[in-house]
Parts: sequence; structure tokens; C-alpha cells
Amino acid sequence: MSSSSRHAGMGNLSLKEAIEGLKKLLIHHDKDEQLNKELETKIEKLISELLGTTPHDCHPVGRILDGFQRFKTTKFEMYPELFRELAERQTPKFMVFACCDSRVSPSIILDFQPGEAFIFRNIANLVPPFNQLRYSGVGAAIEYAVVHLNVENILVIGHSRCGGIERLMSHPEDGSTDNDFIDDWVQIGLPAKAKVKAEFGHLPPDEQKRKCEMEAVNLSLTNLQTYPYVRERMAKNALALRGGYYDFVKGCFKLWEVKSIITPPIHR
Amino acid sequence: MAVPSPTFSLSKHSVSNPPSFLASNPSSDPSKAPVLRPRNAFGCKANLGGVEQTRLRLWNNLKTNSDLRLQALREPPGLTKELESDKSERMERIEHGTDLFDEMKQRFLSFKKHKYMQNLELYEKLAKDQAPKFMVIACADSRVCPSSILGFQPGEAFVVRNVANMVPPYENGPSETNAGLEFAVNSLKVENILVIGHSRCGGIRALMSMHDDVETSSLIGSWVSVGMNARVKTKAATKLLNFDQQCKHCEKESVNCSLVNLLTYPWVEEKVRNGELAIHGGYYDFVDCAFEKWTLDYKESNLKDKSGKVAVKDRAFWF
Repeated sequence: MSSSSRHAGMGNLSLKEAIEGLKKLLIHHDKDEQLNKELETKIEKLISELLGTTPHDCHPVGRILDGFQRFKTTKFEMYPELFRELAERQTPKFMVFACCDSRVSPSIILDFQPGEAFIFRNIANLVPPFNQLRYSGVGAAIEYAVVHLNVENILVIGHSRCGGIERLMSHPEDGSTDNDFIDDWVQIGLPAKAKVKAEFGHLPPDEQKRKCEMEAVNLSLTNLQTYPYVRERMAKNALALRGGYYDFVKGCFKLWEVKSIITPPIHR
Repeated sequence: MAVPSPTFSLSKHSVSNPPSFLASNPSSDPSKAPVLRPRNAFGCKANLGGVEQTRLRLWNNLKTNSDLRLQALREPPGLTKELESDKSERMERIEHGTDLFDEMKQRFLSFKKHKYMQNLELYEKLAKDQAPKFMVIACADSRVCPSSILGFQPGEAFVVRNVANMVPPYENGPSETNAGLEFAVNSLKVENILVIGHSRCGGIRALMSMHDDVETSSLIGSWVSVGMNARVKTKAATKLLNFDQQCKHCEKESVNCSLVNLLTYPWVEEKVRNGELAIHGGYYDFVDCAFEKWTLDYKESNLKDKSGKVAVKDRAFWF
């Protein structure tokens, strides 16, 4: 257990005991949810203070160890049956595409629990069109999720202030700058950029970026449908595609669905 | 000071197919489904409040015939308050089988109430910029989210997730993984890269099951071939072990291969050499709930033998 200089007077053993004691209080009963939540917040605050940790003081390894110990104590050991079953197999109902951005973990913002979502994270949460020669990383994930795990939902989540989309929107296409790996990747989003420039070229750059963040999600949803196994499952109504947008500036989340409608013949 | 504007709301019209949202144990009796109440990690700094109770339960087939169409609407803040205070109605809906989007909406609103609003200062700061100290490369497996098992909070780790947590070498050309690597190292200037392998990895199993002489037509096969070196080394070292044990060995060997592949990127090697960047490997065993970690010993690696064995230091085993 890491100790800081602030607690020089306390021996490691008593600090540990204090924290263990507090952790025991976290096991609460179903009686009063509101009271439990308030109590939980206070206890967690106390434990944080006892540990005396801040993100900038943390030694990286110590930080990971703390995180793992918390997970083990508060989740793994609390639900042994569930984790035993998960160890045998995973049966997630979701596949999620999200950005690598440190601020947009789907487990945190949508509270996905272990076993619920197969999560693929890449720059700007892009899904390239089906291609057997390139982008096998994404293709492998989709193939695994749809064909082997039989997920029933694919959710693509875009987000605000996305660095990848910013790169896409600001990159000149006249060949004046070299492409590095990032540029090569975000160019998947060029159709979204073209659409935004055509429809919203009159808006200020920040607004255009925001539009592109959402348009790129729609592009990814369209590209998903070029994968044969995705198409096949959608045709059987066994797979649903949805788009999402997490705006962490405003604190809101948009969610929408892909639907295709085939109308009856318009004329004889 | 940014004031969070209205959240969205969903209007229920129709749904084409009601997927089972939360089934993790489809064969068991719904009434005995475990109730998982996630308590979030105490971040190093932020006092993050508890998360609303989330139940893992089977999808209730009562709604099979109903349809749901979603629209994203803008509603005044009053609606949020109304929703939060209408707890008894919400509990009733959960009892009768909450549908997919209601559940997702409740989870987001719960995140907003207990984390976002409780730490507005932190989130405002994060909204301007991210400065994570970690880049994590982990598997997309639903059981191994780094935020869950290692407690990374918003802003702490730039996370790339792919099948079998692989890092292809520089000479393979552009891919989504090295695009992420480039951004993390050159733009965000992370100080640590952690590659995490895990037990019972389907991707590694696929790698170990591939036939030597058959050209693979599946995308999974094309991708996991990046780990071919790990497979070769494993097969050589584990002749007497059974297939499952060989896979376990390969899961760790593949992490080491990825660490070596990281050094094939010139801008990564330079930073490691200058001491600005540290490279770590990790292995999460969810059968026994144990975590193993090690750090690449760069100076030693310069002197590694012809077999290319990776020199490591600071090995730790947490259980």
C-alpha cells in the first residue's frame, strides 16, 4: 500500500487496517439506496484521502496496482459466481466502437460491466469499408464479434473535441504535407469530411468539426454494412446498428439507430 | 464555467428487434440473476461517487412484439430532474423488463449525476485537453476493460483495443493500432505504454490453431498472423504441454512480441532510449484474478541474444 509523507505518523499496518475497515462499510444492503450512495461517496472520499494519492504524485506502477486491488476487492471477490462463468466464456450482447481518447471509455460513461460489451477502440472510432487486403485489425474484430460471439448490437460512439477528426478536417488534401500513420488512418473519414464541407462549409471551423464528429459515426455505420456477415445478420433482424455521440463539454449523450425501409412499389 | 446543457431523451415508438441487453448467464433463472452493483474506483484525485445500481438480468420477452424507434431530442433540464425523482416508476419499469435504451439512458444519466456533476472541475479541465500518462493496448474482449480491472479514470489512459492486443511492427505499414501509437507518443507524449494480454484469449487461440501451410481467408487469421513469432517460440518451448497450456504461454509470449514490435518504431525507440518513455507488459488472468506485470529493460535489450529474448525488469505478480 502506498503511503505519503503526510501520514508519516501512521504505521503502514494501521493505515491498511483503517482502509480495510472502511471498505467493509461499503458492503451495503438494499434497504436505503439514497443513504447508501451518500455513505459510499463519503467513504470513498475518506479512503482517497487516507491513501493521499493524486494523479500527478502517482507512481505509474503503484497506480495500476491500486486500481487492480480495488477491482479485485470490490468486484471480482464480491461476485465469484459471475466471474467464474465469465472465465469460461464471454457472451456479450454488444460490440462497441469507441475512440482511444482517455476521456471516453464506454465502460465508464455507459457503465458496461465485465462481459457485456466487446469494445474496439481506435482513433476517431472509425470503421473502414470491408477490405480483405487492408485494415484486417478492424475486420478481424467485426468478424469475431458477429460470427463467433454472435453479438446482437453494434454501437459506434463518436465524441466531442476528437483529435482524430480535427486532424482529418485540418489536413490539406493538395499533397503539400506528408502522410503519417495517423493521416493514413483518418482518411477513412474523407467522405464524411466532404459531406460536411459541402453542407456546412459556411460554419466556423469548430462547428464543422462537431458536425464531422457525428457524420463520421454515420459513415462508420454505413461502412459496417459492407461486411457480408453484418449484412446477413441485419437481414435476419439478428443484428442492430446504432450510433452515439458523447459530448463531454456539455455533458450529454445522443443515441440513434440505423433503419432501412423498403417501400412497396411506387408505380405499377 | 461550462454548464451542462440538456440531456437527450428517448421517445419510445417502435423497435424492430429487442436484443437481450444484459444476459450474462442466459440459462439461469432470471429471479436468481446476480445483482452487480458496481462501485467505481477511487481515482487518484477525483472523488467519484457511487454508480447507480445496475442489474445484470435476462431480457424479459414481454416486449417481443413492441417496436421502438429512437429519436434524439433536446429537452429542457427539467426533464432530467423529473426523471431522477421518479424513482418508483423507474424501479417498476426495471421490474417489468426495462428495454435496451431505457437502461442505457439510465446508465448515462447515472454517470452524469454521480461522476460528471460531482467532479465538474475535473471534467471541465478534461474538456479542454487530455494529458494521459498512459497508453494502454488491450484486447477487445468484454472481460478485460482496462478501466474496470485497473481502475483508469477519465483522462488517465489513452486506450487502443484490438483483437488479441497486438502491435504490428513498423514495416507492416499503416494500421489503426500504429495510428493510435503515433498519436499517443508524438502528440500526447504519454510516459508509459502498457500492453495487456489475458487468459482464454480467443485471438491467441485462433493463432495457435492456424494451419501452417494454409493461407487464411478470414480476417481474423490475417490479423493474428502478426503474432506468428510468438506462436513459433511457443511451439518450440512447450512441446510437452497440452493445447490450453500452450495457448496460455502464447498469450504472454505475444505480449513480449508486441513490446519488441513497439521498439521497431523509430520515434518510440528514441524516447525509450532517452528515458522519456517506459514500456511495460501485463497479463490479466481472470480465472484466478491475478495480474502480472513487467517492464522492458531497454539497456539490456540492446545486448539481447540471437534468439531475440526480451530482457525485462521489475516483474511483479499481484493476486
